[in-house]
Amino acid sequence: MGKTLAEKIWSEHIVRSAAGEPDLIYIDLHLIHEVTSPQAFDGLRLAGRKVRRTDLTIATEDHNTPTLNIDKPIADPVSKLQVDTLRANCAEFGVRIHSLGDAEQGIVHVVGPQLGLTQPGMTIVCGDSHTSTHGAFGALAFGIGTSEVEHVLATQTLPLARPKTMAINVEGKLKAGVTSKDIILAIIAKIGTGGGQGYVIEYRGSAIRELSMEGRMTVCNMSIEAGARAGVIAPDEKTFAYIKGKPHAPEDFDAALSYWKTLYTDADAKYDVEIDLDANSLEPFVTWGTNPGQGLPLNASVPDPAKITDAEERGAAERALVYMGLEAGTPLKKIAIDTVFLGSCTNGRIEDLRAAADVLKGKKISSTLRMLVVPGSARVRLQAEQEGLDKVFLDAGAEWRNAGCSMCLGMNPDQLAVGERSASTSNRNFEGRQGKGGRTHLVSPLVAAATALRGTLSSPADL
Amino acid sequence: MEKFIKHTGTGVPLRRSNVDTDQIIPAVYLKRVTRSGFEDGLFSAWRNDPEFVLNQAAYKNGTILVAGVDFGTGSSREHAVWALQNYGFKAVISSRFADIFRGNSLKGGLLTVIIDQSDVENIWTAIEADPTTQITVDLEARTVSYSSTVVAFELDDYTRWRLMEGLDDIGLTLKETDSIDSFESKRAIYKPKTLPIKK
Repeated sequence: MGKTLAEKIWSEHIVRSAAGEPDLIYIDLHLIHEVTSPQAFDGLRLAGRKVRRTDLTIATEDHNTPTLNIDKPIADPVSKLQVDTLRANCAEFGVRIHSLGDAEQGIVHVVGPQLGLTQPGMTIVCGDSHTSTHGAFGALAFGIGTSEVEHVLATQTLPLARPKTMAINVEGKLKAGVTSKDIILAIIAKIGTGGGQGYVIEYRGSAIRELSMEGRMTVCNMSIEAGARAGVIAPDEKTFAYIKGKPHAPEDFDAALSYWKTLYTDADAKYDVEIDLDANSLEPFVTWGTNPGQGLPLNASVPDPAKITDAEERGAAERALVYMGLEAGTPLKKIAIDTVFLGSCTNGRIEDLRAAADVLKGKKISSTLRMLVVPGSARVRLQAEQEGLDKVFLDAGAEWRNAGCSMCLGMNPDQLAVGERSASTSNRNFEGRQGKGGRTHLVSPLVAAATALRGTLSSPADL
Repeated sequence: MEKFIKHTGTGVPLRRSNVDTDQIIPAVYLKRVTRSGFEDGLFSAWRNDPEFVLNQAAYKNGTILVAGVDFGTGSSREHAVWALQNYGFKAVISSRFADIFRGNSLKGGLLTVIIDQSDVENIWTAIEADPTTQITVDLEARTVSYSSTVVAFELDDYTRWRLMEGLDDIGLTLKETDSIDSFESKRAIYKPKTLPIKK
């Protein structure tokens, strides 16, 4: 029997396997940031261990970094200490780092692909659950905890239980105004936040093949919101063209290419589970609750918990509506928004900024809200400025910020106030995620831009 | 890592599903560079509510958290495990855990026990009726027992052995250095390196 894409990559990275034990898997690339690494470096120091492969390790600063006044010292002393600790650890252990102010600084999952370090067939880890993003290149990429960060630093391997495989087939053609973000939000609503638990999801089908690399990254990025540690998409000509010319593209490109072309699921391979989604019928999607599975098409209304049969889900919906300050039956398009956030590892790449700028061009955002535009990396910001996108955002009345995770998780000063409501292109609508008491609706960049213009949740078709 | 063989304590009923790691410990608490002292951030938003279970005197000293389905979804922060441990929890019982949280917990010696939702409901009923109910989580026997009820749970032999011995994963892997060396000698040369590109 043939192998699935994930099984191929897995078996090519087994250092050691023994019955009844997890496989020891080799890690091709380890990405580091300031939040989940300090205790790992401490562990190395205590045990007198070194970083085994500094040449397969790279660090950047993203979670804590401010998006304003980046030429000044970080104002929050605790954030500053964490960033300084990363810098000191990288210097001590010999790890390459791109610090705030550097053209290659940015969200770790935007930086890897833009440097060309993310390539098909690799195993990639990072102490961040959105490492699944890199799966868009046909790499097996997943988030790890700090103990595992230390393990990879010391050994360049991880003992891991073999995951099951799930195929999600997205066939058909997306309507105008429907994007990769809507695909993944619809998938999570369909299978639930635990639906992918224990699986690597492979996204397949004509609608996935049709997506750009940026769009594929958005889909794989939110695999974790469906409970799956990793998502993969088979590499194709788009993948190869994206990597070609990037700083770390293979010198012997043809040798790499001939390997990359073997990376697909064999015709006779079997997945543990297969799920189908019709792309033709998808609409712009938005979340109404406090977990990413609580989403609906934008044309729908806030659901009535009383009509939910499952007791557990009903209770969760009741609590979510209280937290979100929403009434059952309210049309989603009537919900007024206070802050629009465009950015994050989900939707902070150049294509996302272009899509939003296209909607905003020559128009003004509603006076009832603020809009933050936070490029995913310093390089994305530079590219956007070359294309004049910064002017479009500023002329529309939005704020043009520096790169980082920013309001996606509110570790830096970019936070929602208590009761403030956002339309956010990020990945999590958990209680307090964007600031204590803040209320989050997850949306695509197109919906974010249209919402900014109208003041209520909207799609470009409403303009 | 501390060995885990058997633990007896009282339970804390957390009747919520999808308890994500942002609820277990919000991002603002993750700025620290240490592994201890995270107990103040545990469920910090919910602890403002006097009715919240950890604010009730009867459950204040519980050491076994009994949670709804999909506990630990969201971010990979191991701080969620540390916060639970720093607070005093030794085990968490649920019918399903998020993958990364579960991996982190078993690395750090916080035993996460998976049992059927109906068994979770029964424990909730028991500890809500009598908060002093003693619950025993026995890793050796792979059972959870309280009053006259015994519920079996599954955990693979390898992980069980590692927890019962309190073994450090890195130490175990470093015994395989020869296998790692040999694997590295065969890696394709076109695989990327992070060394700065000289152009």
